[in-house]
Amino acid sequence: MKKLSLTVNGKKYLLSPHPFSRLLDVLREDLKLTGTKEGCGEGECGACSVMLDGKLVNSCLVPVLQADGKQILTVEGLAKKYLTPIQESFLNCGGAQCGICTPGMLMAVYALNRNNKKPTQQEIREGLGGNLCRCTGYCQIIESVQKIGKTKSATRKGKPRS
Amino acid sequence: MRAYLPDYQFSSAKSLSEALRLLEKGARPIAGGTDIMVLFDAGLLAPGDYVDILGLSELKGITQKKNTLTLGALTTYSEVRQHRFLQTNFPILCDGAKEVGAVAIQNRGTLGGNIANASPAADFPPALLVYEAKIHLVSSRGMRTIDYTKFHHGYKESELKKDELIHSVSLENQLSKHRHFWRKIGSRKAQAISKTMMAGVLKLNKNVIEEVRISFGSVAPTAVRCTEVEKFLTGCPINKNTIREAKQILLKDIHPIDDIRSTGKYRLAVSQNVLEEFLCGIG
Repeated sequence: MKKLSLTVNGKKYLLSPHPFSRLLDVLREDLKLTGTKEGCGEGECGACSVMLDGKLVNSCLVPVLQADGKQILTVEGLAKKYLTPIQESFLNCGGAQCGICTPGMLMAVYALNRNNKKPTQQEIREGLGGNLCRCTGYCQIIESVQKIGKTKSATRKGKPRS
Repeated sequence: MRAYLPDYQFSSAKSLSEALRLLEKGARPIAGGTDIMVLFDAGLLAPGDYVDILGLSELKGITQKKNTLTLGALTTYSEVRQHRFLQTNFPILCDGAKEVGAVAIQNRGTLGGNIANASPAADFPPALLVYEAKIHLVSSRGMRTIDYTKFHHGYKESELKKDELIHSVSLENQLSKHRHFWRKIGSRKAQAISKTMMAGVLKLNKNVIEEVRISFGSVAPTAVRCTEVEKFLTGCPINKNTIREAKQILLKDIHPIDDIRSTGKYRLAVSQNVLEEFLCGIG
């Protein structure tokens, strides 16, 4: 099989998956990056959201051949030494309940925040329109986005993330 | 995932001519994958050869020449909704693109894919019908251009041959004095497939309708131009009687059915109400 080159969270990988494999499965099974979740497997729920060359995509709808030579950012790549302000805010505002939708939510918020640092509630709803939370914790999720950078750091004073 | 991977071959085309050669040999094209990958995940995609066309620069970009705007088939929903000239001159396309899926789908799904998939619930066709678009198809045999009104033949059937790709769609900018209207009715604002949707353009002279174009999606085997309603409305003043009669005549143009998303009865009633909103100048 043709070798594919994927740069995931800044690290380059040379892989030989079946070219029709879903990017989601390559991330989870070949690279063991299990932060990205599978929900519906048909582009409805957003649990598998990742950034592909700077654009939010559903990784269950991307055949891995189309990610060849591209940059991918998954939830594992958000935090470096410390959690990002987005993650801090989700922690502080109760933006995560069972956690299955959270990685996708974080990626969708990341995508929204790149072009719009102060989104209105309407813009947040639209930016997260493709991400479903089965716990229905939408109010806390929207609050988490509104309070990015405004809540106390839960981790910065403690131990840096290893 | 229910698909069995060894049943599929998938390669990337480096150029349009290479892609067209592969299509001649029986390969099928994949662009943004937002429809095909859903079938694939469900184990419903036909096994065989597929070719990735998403990288083909020949099918990308929005270009303007005098009064004609040409959109490459690989133009994404995101690119359509963010395009300034389209927002001003063809707002129904942008409004439609904005309501397809949500951000992640809009970043991947393409204009050509939306048309080629030939779903009656596709969001671009009603707009392309009222804007009287032309569609350009390409194969190893060459290019051909047809009126978009002639493209869709029936449910999931179209003019597109197996060895052809949609190359681009072109629009004439001639509707600056018209009111443009778009309304999609689904279960929710995002990620919804429509129960009914309407695109319309209207030009009034005082209160009399000088020109009107109306089209609906999800209420017939393909998106439809409502020629009977248009014929009736042209030259009529807008008043209660006109609106009441137009809503009745709409029954000749659309034929909604019961399916998983809605009932024929609901679709018809709501379509009539949306037509009324359009004529009353709401929205």
